[in-house]
Amino acid sequence: MTQRIASYPGTALSEEDIERGRVLSIHDRLRADYAWDAGLAIGRYLDGLKAGQILGVRCERCDRTVVPPRAFCEQCFAPMDAFVPLAGVGTVNTFSLCYVTWDVKRIAEPLIPSVIDLDGTSPPAGIMHLLGGVATDRVRIGMRVRAVWKPARAREGAITDIRYFKPLRRG
Amino acid sequence: MSMRRVAVVGAGMTRFVRRAMETPKELAWHAARMALDSCGLTLKDVGGVCIGSAPDAFDGVHMKGEYLSDGSGAWGKPVMRSFVGGGTGVFLGPHGWYHAASGLFDVVLVVAEEKMSSFYPHAQAAFVTIFDHTTERPLKPNLLWIFALEMNRYMQTYGISKRDIAQVAVKNKRNAADHPCAMLGEANITIEDVLNSEVLAWPVQRLDVSPVSDGAVAIVMAAEGVAERITDRPVWVQGVGWNLDTAYWTNRDLAYPAYVERAARMAYDMAGVREPRKEIHIVEPYDPFDYKELHHLEGLLLADRGKAPELTAQGVTAREGAMPVCPSGGLLGVGNPITAAGLMKVAELFWQLRGEAGARQVPGKPERGLAQAWGDLMQVGTVTILGTQRPA
Ligand SMILES: [Zn+2]
Repeated sequence: MTQRIASYPGTALSEEDIERGRVLSIHDRLRADYAWDAGLAIGRYLDGLKAGQILGVRCERCDRTVVPPRAFCEQCFAPMDAFVPLAGVGTVNTFSLCYVTWDVKRIAEPLIPSVIDLDGTSPPAGIMHLLGGVATDRVRIGMRVRAVWKPARAREGAITDIRYFKPLRRG
Repeated sequence: MSMRRVAVVGAGMTRFVRRAMETPKELAWHAARMALDSCGLTLKDVGGVCIGSAPDAFDGVHMKGEYLSDGSGAWGKPVMRSFVGGGTGVFLGPHGWYHAASGLFDVVLVVAEEKMSSFYPHAQAAFVTIFDHTTERPLKPNLLWIFALEMNRYMQTYGISKRDIAQVAVKNKRNAADHPCAMLGEANITIEDVLNSEVLAWPVQRLDVSPVSDGAVAIVMAAEGVAERITDRPVWVQGVGWNLDTAYWTNRDLAYPAYVERAARMAYDMAGVREPRKEIHIVEPYDPFDYKELHHLEGLLLADRGKAPELTAQGVTAREGAMPVCPSGGLLGVGNPITAAGLMKVAELFWQLRGEAGARQVPGKPERGLAQAWGDLMQVGTVTILGTQRPA
């Protein structure tokens, strides 16, 4: 950043320059379709969700129960195959009130994403999900919540088989 | 360690802009050429080239490293690209250092480039794929969520207010007003401006966030014996560190970045720094969101846990303060072309330690500075320590 440099390179364009064709640009769309295999541990997790149950997994050696399940313990590198049913009840670790979509369009009613520490796991071990059935001004860190499931026939083995988590008590 | 000592001997950068007319390769060339010119070298002097850039999907250019190679001065040369998310720009410190310290190359050209503006309708959508495709993406998350969730946890754990955090955005955007390449420098911005800006994902508001940007930065690194012949003021790499946690970001303490601490300890050990708060004179921590600067100062052991906002309020982290933090203006002020923003922090230390930072120069002839970046799913810490003293 010596004073020798009078003007730095890099030419700023505006959105209008593109829209009005004042500079040339090419617009194209990449197709990227994938089918991801759930794998061993998450496969069991999804089976559990379809059955209306959240499964954690346990490493006896580290005395640790975590969710989402994984095939191996990242800390001791042993297999992690002792699945543990969790009660579907937990505590709000943190939350946000989100007023924009993934492409930054505004939404009127905010989504309430949250990290929920599930009972029966070794803290800190939460999952990300949404909160619902609660007014935005009543949401609190530390609030006790439980999973609200889709009806059994509508469940498909996906994280969305849990519609959201809602307060245990009416606040 | 039987490694050679390595110094930074030159640096260059483009302006950071919302949308650049130049292609990624053209931006890289401008920065790389400026870095070579700044120390009187030409391509012939360069042994190897190190490139840092985000995943190909961000620019929509497949094999981005290969595409960028000629613009980065790598024609006919050994070239290596690295990527550790947002941590990449400062990871180029250890990446470039290795190339020269190992004895493989005497002079290494290190280039970081990002062009985020090509993604339509908004670059934020490119980040959605960082979430787990099976357990998280069906919930239709967006990038703001992880920051908002971490920020809220940080605030709650230590009783920190939005006002405490907004001070960081004000400081950095004001600092950036003195940076010739800055995108969002604002000399007169106030805390009220930040607190009144649009709520995106509470507690995150518009002015808490760094902008989508295009830009490139390059530095030249040289091994001992060569560096001193290139310049009489080499700035030495005194320490490097990096560390990764798992991608299970919901399984860790969101109020404290332990992986940043592990990276910092690695770098402090190498640099022989025992009391970082006394021995680090300038800090350029990663500030894509204002609370992240505070979070990272704590992870770097430069503030007690939950106490970084007090340092900001007391002016300790101001450009004229006892420990200037982001005198460049940071990502919040200069802009955030991801890997280029990280390497900009390393370049800022180079200019500051040589007394070449112009209107941004911190007083008191600083001798040692630390740059840090962070990335992926709350999991990466990268640290580079530069200093005027040649390591023992
Ligand atoms: Zn284990």
